[in-house]
Amino acid sequence: MPDTANAVVSAPKLTVRNLNFFYGGFHAIKDVNLEIPEKRVTAFIGPSGCGKSTLLRTFNRMFELYPEQRATGELMMGGENILTSKTDVSLIRAKIGMVFQKATPFPMSIYDNIAFGVRLFEDLPRARMDERVEWALSKAAIWKEVKDKLHQSGNSLSGGQQQRLCIARGIAVKPEVLLLDEPCSALDPISTAKVEELITELKADYTVVIVTHNMQQAARVSDFTAYMYLGELVEFGETDQVFFKPGKQATEDYITGRFG
Amino acid sequence: MSAVMDNAGTMTAGNSPAVAVSRSPKPPVLRNNALMDAIFRNLTRGFALLVFSLLGAIILSLLVGSVLSLQKFGFAFLWTAEWDPVKNEFGALVPIVGTLVTSAIALAIAVPVSFGISIFLTELSPVWLRRPLGTAIEMLAAIPSIIYGMWGLFVFVPLFQTYIQPFLKSTIGEVPFLGVLFSGPPLGIGMLTAGIILAVMVIPFITAVMRDVFELVPPMLKESAYGLGSTTWEVVWRVVLPYTKVGVIGGVMLGLGRALGETMAVTFVIGNAHRLKASLFAPANSIASSLANEFTEAVGELYTSALIELGLILFVITTIVLALAKLMLMRLSRNEGTRT
Amino acid sequence: MSTNAIYLRRKRMNRVMMTVSTAALGFGLFWLLWIIGVLLWEGASALRPSLFTQMTPPPGGDGGLANAIYGSVLMAGAGTLIGTPIGILAGTYLAEYGQRGWLAPATRFINDVLLSAPSIVIGLFVYTVYVARVGHFSGWAGAFALAIIVIPVVVRTTDDMLKLVPNSLREAAAALGAPTWKIVTMVCYRAARSGIVTGILLAVARIAGETAPLLFTALNNQFWSSDMNRPMANLPVVIFQFAMSPYDDWHRLAWGGAALITLLVLAINIAARSLFRK
Repeated sequence: MPDTANAVVSAPKLTVRNLNFFYGGFHAIKDVNLEIPEKRVTAFIGPSGCGKSTLLRTFNRMFELYPEQRATGELMMGGENILTSKTDVSLIRAKIGMVFQKATPFPMSIYDNIAFGVRLFEDLPRARMDERVEWALSKAAIWKEVKDKLHQSGNSLSGGQQQRLCIARGIAVKPEVLLLDEPCSALDPISTAKVEELITELKADYTVVIVTHNMQQAARVSDFTAYMYLGELVEFGETDQVFFKPGKQATEDYITGRFG
Repeated sequence: MSAVMDNAGTMTAGNSPAVAVSRSPKPPVLRNNALMDAIFRNLTRGFALLVFSLLGAIILSLLVGSVLSLQKFGFAFLWTAEWDPVKNEFGALVPIVGTLVTSAIALAIAVPVSFGISIFLTELSPVWLRRPLGTAIEMLAAIPSIIYGMWGLFVFVPLFQTYIQPFLKSTIGEVPFLGVLFSGPPLGIGMLTAGIILAVMVIPFITAVMRDVFELVPPMLKESAYGLGSTTWEVVWRVVLPYTKVGVIGGVMLGLGRALGETMAVTFVIGNAHRLKASLFAPANSIASSLANEFTEAVGELYTSALIELGLILFVITTIVLALAKLMLMRLSRNEGTRT
Repeated sequence: MSTNAIYLRRKRMNRVMMTVSTAALGFGLFWLLWIIGVLLWEGASALRPSLFTQMTPPPGGDGGLANAIYGSVLMAGAGTLIGTPIGILAGTYLAEYGQRGWLAPATRFINDVLLSAPSIVIGLFVYTVYVARVGHFSGWAGAFALAIIVIPVVVRTTDDMLKLVPNSLREAAAALGAPTWKIVTMVCYRAARSGIVTGILLAVARIAGETAPLLFTALNNQFWSSDMNRPMANLPVVIFQFAMSPYDDWHRLAWGGAALITLLVLAINIAARSLFRK
């Protein structure tokens, strides 16, 4: 494990080797190999159904909630294969946070939304918990908007605020990796801009992986981009390179809008 | 395990004031996750098993309770009309017939009425009236059955006896063959009265199902029929009803299941007589009302056993009817899934 | 000319059927209003304070329904307290763990049958497995019978309401590392709370007026008794006995009890609905 905050730029946080994924009999991801660099934003792009969200959902073994879904291959993080690890899946998920397409505030107060995840792993006294909640909400750039209504329901917030609340909730458990599954698809342009700004700030501390439909968004926020098509990884590289000098015709066609 | 948290701690070092916090030892709660998950899963599974076995347990207990009667009378119990506690002779024919006849009367009235109400609520009613009117009809199901019985006995029976029965007698009662059903002294109580009150009681159940299945019809289907110039009635009769046929039958079966087992309302007004008469005006008995009236006063094991066998017959019939209802409703929703 | 005739005939048919449909609704409402009207009319004179303070009288005597009301509250309360947790846990299995295996679909099916099963048979069941064994009628037997009526209602609503909780909420909790039991108890139950409470209220309304299953279990008791191991007075059975009797005083008390139960049941129903709509 890197033991300093300023690890080498290209050091992989997550290494994906020969990953295959199945929905029952359907082969959704085919032999994907990929290295997610630490403390960088990596974007997955591609047309609907290409497997980009599915790939993201293998990273925290979310697919295990559904009996008919399974994954094979290697997903290395910190010298351990996440897919076969004996470690409690809860601990893996604590290290790899996730934010979803639609905001999912729990039916409880804003404060409890944040504290929920923290309480799963730590037994903090009240004052420390208060600190942690403020810290997480500040990091997600929503503290100023909610500090006077921490005990109101999370559902009382606007869509954009809810999504940032969910990001704060993910941060509060102090993960190493944040998975964002089309986090802006249900947001208006102003909220989207705020979340994008937030993503850029988050990469100072976290390894961020974002799935997005929006290619401008991928170009704006990501350092690395992976283009997927029909379950296969077509191209992966630095974002500038993928967007301006794609190595493959298929990628260029998609990016320039000739297809997709 | 602690290595994990160390990693997390190192990760955020220097970035936040809360760093030290993450070094705190993990509470034992986490270590128990797998155990707690297993406990919770098996706890819920255990209670699901309990509910699952309830039906079998009821049938089994009734079987055991009616062993004496089963041994003594065998299958003949089903078609023997005699019911004589003094001579210890028991047969279920009268209450079975009473149960079936009252339920048939109830359905004959309740099915068309429920159909009409459902049409009104899904096609005719202004939107703002749908909910209050629908709730009002549902309230018919909320009124306890003993209230129906009491109201039936004290309010409905006298009116029925004075005005409606003489009227029926002088009209349909004069028709050959059919007239037999409406003959005899107008007592107010009897199978017809019980059937009518049962009809009111099952209307809300049948209506609820019909409304639900009518709303399953894709709007496009109805709109295309309207687009051809169909009237509301034609849309309902030629499009909505064929599309929801299975569900409507399921709803009727559900109503039948309710009517068969209804106890208190029937007990008040059916007259409680173990006699087999052709006239619907005659007092009779249903399975449930026999039980309600006689069970606590039954003397002797055979008498009790015969009553429990009555209960067994009732439970088996209603279970079959309700299971068929459920199967039909399931078939409708499955078809719905494949069509869209 | 002929199309016109056809058109007119169709039009007429439609008008007739729509009138019949409206009449059907009127028919349904007519009974509801009639019954409630009679109850209010007859009950108004019987609903006096003494109804709640005095015991059930012998024929010809003056009295109230205090012991019956008390017994009903005790047994309905015990029945709800027994039936609700069983129903919620079983319903939780159906909704949260029921994707695989035969148990969940089979239980759901059986539960739906039990939901409409004749309540008198439930009474008979408790009689054969409990009353006949211990040798006497009792308040507990009544409570058990009522609990068996509560269970399917609560199972059904818990199952339905938990299935309405979006999967994204479960995933979000799982993504934080929450174990299944915590996801269910802390997130799903909260999200489904108003629906589940509605189900419990409807179950209470259902058992408040149930008579048939109490006939062979709790029986009745002329006196004040809070001993759940002895026969126990309860409103529905008292109404039944008093109404079937030839005495006018008893009839009047029966009307009072009937009005009381019906108002209570309708109020709970309306409260449950408005709670759920929120």
